Amino acid sequence: MIRFALGVLAAAWLALPAQAAVAITEVTSPGGIRAWLVENHDLPFTALEIRFKGGASLDAPGKRGAINLMTATLEEGAGTMDSQAFAEAAEAIAAQIGFGANDDAVSVSARMLTEHRDAGVELLREALINPRFDQIALERVRGQVLSSIASQAKDPQSIAGDTFARLAYGDHPYGSAIDGTAESVKALTREDLFDAKARVMARDRLFVSAVGDITADELGVLLDRLLGELPATGATMPPRAELGLVGGVTVVDYDSPQSVVIFGQKGIAMDDPDFFAAYVLNHILGGGGFSARLMEEVREKRGLTYGIASYLVPMDLAETWQGSFASANEKVAEAIAVTRAEWARIASGGVSERELADAKTYLTGAYPLRFDGNGPIADILVGMQISDMPIDYVNTRNARIEAVSAEDVARVARRLIDAESLRFVVVGRPVGL
Amino acid sequence: MLRFTGAALVAASLAGATLAGDVTHFTLDNGLEAVVIEDHRAPVVVHMVWYRAGSADEVPGKSGVAHFLEHLMFKGTDDLAPGEFSKTVAANGGSDNAFTSYDYTAYFQRIAADRLDLVMGMEADRMRDLILSEDDWKTELQVIIEERNQRTDSDPAAIFGEQRRAAQYLNHPYGRPVIGWRHEMEALTRTDALDWYRRYYAPNNAILVVAGDVTPDEVRALAGQHYGPLEPTPGLAPRQRVSEPPQLAERRLRFPDARVAQPYVMRTYLAPERDPGDQTRAAALTILAELLGGNSATSVLGRALVFDSGCALYASAFYDGLSLDDTTFTLVAVPAADIGLDELEADMDAAIARFIDEGVNSDQFERVKTQLMAAEIYARDNVEGLARRYGEAMATGLSVKDVTAWPETLMAVTEADVIAAARELFDRRRAVTGYLEKAETGGTQ
Repeated sequence: MIRFALGVLAAAWLALPAQAAVAITEVTSPGGIRAWLVENHDLPFTALEIRFKGGASLDAPGKRGAINLMTATLEEGAGTMDSQAFAEAAEAIAAQIGFGANDDAVSVSARMLTEHRDAGVELLREALINPRFDQIALERVRGQVLSSIASQAKDPQSIAGDTFARLAYGDHPYGSAIDGTAESVKALTREDLFDAKARVMARDRLFVSAVGDITADELGVLLDRLLGELPATGATMPPRAELGLVGGVTVVDYDSPQSVVIFGQKGIAMDDPDFFAAYVLNHILGGGGFSARLMEEVREKRGLTYGIASYLVPMDLAETWQGSFASANEKVAEAIAVTRAEWARIASGGVSERELADAKTYLTGAYPLRFDGNGPIADILVGMQISDMPIDYVNTRNARIEAVSAEDVARVARRLIDAESLRFVVVGRPVGL
Repeated sequence: MLRFTGAALVAASLAGATLAGDVTHFTLDNGLEAVVIEDHRAPVVVHMVWYRAGSADEVPGKSGVAHFLEHLMFKGTDDLAPGEFSKTVAANGGSDNAFTSYDYTAYFQRIAADRLDLVMGMEADRMRDLILSEDDWKTELQVIIEERNQRTDSDPAAIFGEQRRAAQYLNHPYGRPVIGWRHEMEALTRTDALDWYRRYYAPNNAILVVAGDVTPDEVRALAGQHYGPLEPTPGLAPRQRVSEPPQLAERRLRFPDARVAQPYVMRTYLAPERDPGDQTRAAALTILAELLGGNSATSVLGRALVFDSGCALYASAFYDGLSLDDTTFTLVAVPAADIGLDELEADMDAAIARFIDEGVNSDQFERVKTQLMAAEIYARDNVEGLARRYGEAMATGLSVKDVTAWPETLMAVTEADVIAAARELFDRRRAVTGYLEKAETGGTQ
């Protein structure tokens, strides 16, 4: 039998873990492109993160799926290189380059060895400035996207997500999948891809971070070479999305032993003064793994699911508060009832001082643990910029968590949490719903 | 600082100066092996305990008990209330979880480095002092059945994988799913879980891996304090499982399912794993998988099936040599619209025959080696990944020396080694080929 002193445990809860030492510098290139840099020469490579705000929501009317298809085709040939020559060139210098699109941003992630950084920049520059979008490459990628659309149409998780998005956002770009539909994707032309690129990949919506084996001067030169020839402006940003959610249950019939559930209501913007109170509140309700109320009530006490979580979804143009789980068809009605009851309980009863203290120690202690590698730090830095956070946010963030009181949490719970307005989307053959 | 100066040089510097230099290994008197990986870039530590006990060590009829016990380990001990382990980790800003595989079960926490003492104390406590109430195990049995519902029974690709694996291993327990067959899971009891626990959860069956902002001396002192007093399980012999009989006939299966939108063909061959002091064949197979399927635009199968003939949307090859007993080498191809799986399979076989016949493209071979060596540098950015690498290797029978020698072993592989490995591997009599298909509307199988 092992004993550990409870006194030591209690003391440990009070002390904050050491802060990660992350010194962020803002770099402005000679050509005027800004980036955030963390210089660290322990490992001979640099992680580069680039974001173009607006993302797939900048699809032109009638061209749904164009920005997603364009992004997936960026690596399929550029300048004098076709798809295979481009991939071979990246392999030869062990450069890792990835492109992605979501509702709010087109992202470019690169890791380059210091030894080959110049060659890596030239290669990536070709993809960003001179992509070819060859017809043969376009057809190949289109086939992959169409296959993915067909698979998602039969995947209960995707069906639930798409149904929820349609109910929440209707005709706004957020209301449909960024992949587009089979019909919209089949109609896209090579010209549409060039147009999609011009709409989103412009300097007026550009955010950059670099972490690793690179100096501020080197980064300045890199930024101009890599991004200087992008067009100055892109398409107008879409309007905010009107939230069309009302309380209730939507069932989508799907032949499976288990029902997949997504639920949600209106959320809160990151620049709202109550955001941090809401963040702490969500952690206690459904955000904190095994210590959260939803996990305790739905999984630990009743065995109704393998996992349940809730999360704030503060997108650029709309905010929701969502959650998800999966339960056997015979149990899903009970799981929904318990979830609704927990939603109502926290709205009227707030949280205990102990729950608040535990949430704070977790959230403040976990924060520095995120800064544990060049890649993760670059990702955090670019996210801070796109969310318009100050460069010293890393040092003030935990103080904002600490400042949240039980009264704040109770007030925000009363203001925002509303069990009656929760919409549940259930994909399966639920019994008793 | 490390410099990347071409594949061959890097192989030497990586294995010698960096990976091995930051890794320390020691064994406590009660048999607990420990590995320490130093990385002082962030004040974070990863603490892992790997038990040499996985689903392949279960007795017939009790499939799923290894994974069931993994869940039950988060219930209480004589010192901790049910759920208190994870709550305490969370309240200290850390995260924790666990995973079960065929050869091992592992538990880990990621937390500020100054909390290592706390998590190690709790992990040592539950190695020998678990307490299971009636309520705890019955509720948790429902949770793992929901997990099976979610991960396997709701996913035709997962069911297909389970069926292919059962066909691949006629005799060896790798043919049983880690989560367990549903009818056997439903019959698991508290006694089954505790029998498993008492036998396998012991210091002489465990590997401790601590990675991050710590020194070997600190870990040695803490491990001696927390794990040192634990009693070993007497008579725990090295694992000796039944082996596969020679496969003499090709095995084929088809799985049509209404939930399938995109069919594919997948083929596995029984293949040798990485063995202590003998990783050469596994290294050749690792490079073979990269050459055949590493990158869709440049690999042998990608070029032939996705680019040249256009009959595939995607084609790849996989091999994982970290396994106690014989592992598998996998080929997969996803057909383009209007291409049948039989046609695609024939093209895949033709591409492999051509590869063996024509030999390795030397440019591609060099690029693959460059990539593998660079991956060692990129891997150092992720200390949790390094910890897993050592833990998994040691839980599947390898030593620290085998892990540090692996990059050099990969670099020593020649083009001729790869072709020889391919000739030996690609015998359809030793293969399982599966078609995942759309269900024909209104038809029956």
